[in-house]
Amino acid sequence: MYNAGQAIHLKKEILVRLIKAFLSDNFEENTRLIPFKMRKKGTEVPYRCCIYKERAILKDRTIAGLGFQIEEDDETVSLATYAKRAMERTEIDGKNLTVLQVACKGCAPSQIFVTDLCQGCVARPCLTSCKFGAISIKDGKSTIDNSKCKKCQMCMNNCPYNAIVKRTIPCEDVCPVNAIKKDEKGFAVIDFEKCINCGKCISACPFGAVHEKSQIIDILKVMKSDKKVVGLIAPALAGQFPGNIYQLKSAMIKAGFDDVYEVAQGADITAQNEAKEFAERITENGQPFMTTSCCAGYNQLIKKHLEEIKPFVSETETPLYYTAELIKKNNPEFVTVFISPCVAKRAESFENKNIDYVMNVEELGALFVAQKIEIFDCEETKFKKESSKQGRNFGVSGGVAEAVKKSLKDENSVKPFVINGLNKNSIKLLKRFAKENKCDENCNLVEVMCCEGGCIAGNATINSKKTAKNLINELIEQSNDIDKI
Amino acid sequence: MEQIKVNVCMGTTCFVMGGSNLQELYDIIPQKYGEKVKIIGRPCLKLCSDNGEYSKAPYVKIDEDVIEEATIEKVLDLVDKKLGSV
Repeated sequence: MYNAGQAIHLKKEILVRLIKAFLSDNFEENTRLIPFKMRKKGTEVPYRCCIYKERAILKDRTIAGLGFQIEEDDETVSLATYAKRAMERTEIDGKNLTVLQVACKGCAPSQIFVTDLCQGCVARPCLTSCKFGAISIKDGKSTIDNSKCKKCQMCMNNCPYNAIVKRTIPCEDVCPVNAIKKDEKGFAVIDFEKCINCGKCISACPFGAVHEKSQIIDILKVMKSDKKVVGLIAPALAGQFPGNIYQLKSAMIKAGFDDVYEVAQGADITAQNEAKEFAERITENGQPFMTTSCCAGYNQLIKKHLEEIKPFVSETETPLYYTAELIKKNNPEFVTVFISPCVAKRAESFENKNIDYVMNVEELGALFVAQKIEIFDCEETKFKKESSKQGRNFGVSGGVAEAVKKSLKDENSVKPFVINGLNKNSIKLLKRFAKENKCDENCNLVEVMCCEGGCIAGNATINSKKTAKNLINELIEQSNDIDKI
Repeated sequence: MEQIKVNVCMGTTCFVMGGSNLQELYDIIPQKYGEKVKIIGRPCLKLCSDNGEYSKAPYVKIDEDVIEEATIEKVLDLVDKKLGSV
């Protein structure tokens, strides 16, 4: 899901300002000044009650950009000190999300309401459908006693006038594993034991309260050193910027990377290994179905909530795993930075010693903006190894199953079933497949993509799904099939 | 009546700061206005680099009028106003 609107514009503007501050001769002071430069004295206050609150919130957002938890902010510590601490930091932690809790104040608790559309009808289906005695009639119209209401929505579903509505909390509603909840103070809190890092809460919050904890300063620090820093671009990156991936490679080198690799290269290995595994497990040994294993959000889901599906999950590693392994095997001294469309890959990378850092698409975009790099003006630089059509299409829903199919001798042996987006219903479906030991429609390869549309719809993408897909299609038209590379 | 020209900046800054959403205008404008309005994608209109105002990106230029922090709604509003005043 790509982010739109002003909240994401603010986050990107902060990233650009942070990078510019880092590249300036006084990082700490220029970081301290970010909220003041974004809300200058006497200018319009677009969102909050006063300029001081606007600046305080911008300070919190900058803390996430510097790679710290906003929840742990000591208000007396200035941004200059945070900038200094970011410069001194030698390790990153595994918590990838942080919440700007003060923004949650604008989001009221979830509640079921009877609106003025209530006609006070004789049938009163709301009253009869409520199992908790929460509905009563006052002055001829329905009312809800919130102390009794369990938010089952039976009244809502039975009202013939659509007079009953639910006020939702977008982050809670969209989380497929109930990992984000408002606490007693009304602040959203993430339960990291449950969180699968799918990033859906980041995209869903209209206040832009959920932030990815950035590693941008850590990456800029290592770029400034004499170490060789290489960028590993996810297949979805081919659809994220103006120009083509060869121009993107040049732009990244201009921005400070020493070299750039396509993760589609690893996707080709994943597809071929998964095809071998499929032939062994399904065709030879008669297992009813197998699921793919390249989506980091899905892998976290299996680990934390869906143990029962494990026997059906492919043991093949992800495209990022193979790409990083290849790079580190030949050049152990390289510092690897994965350019990611989503936050889930931060979790995968944290557990993989071959991936040193993660920069998301928005952060890469901010790096270009801060350095005024025009991708259209960059020349094309080819990759040392060109990837296949199928590997380059891994980030589009259906692309992984198609790549596995194309890698098999008998393409017809594969009957794909695509889970296009993880939500409460698709998780139930996967649980049922595991329980019944079979997949619907006699399918035998279940492709699971956490984001609807695939990685091109990851929480940190900047292009719309439609145009991202068009750009990827342009690239794959010029690429060779997986069996011909 | 002279054709109105909508120049959408597709430079990196505008694209990153939200201009990617404006690509929908390529479908909307011809459908809504036909030959009266022409939409043109421009590599970079240089509006962000002239004054350093990347925070006001994305930019769209309709004839000689510049729209800062352009959205689909802002663009269509100005086109409607221009068509109304012709």
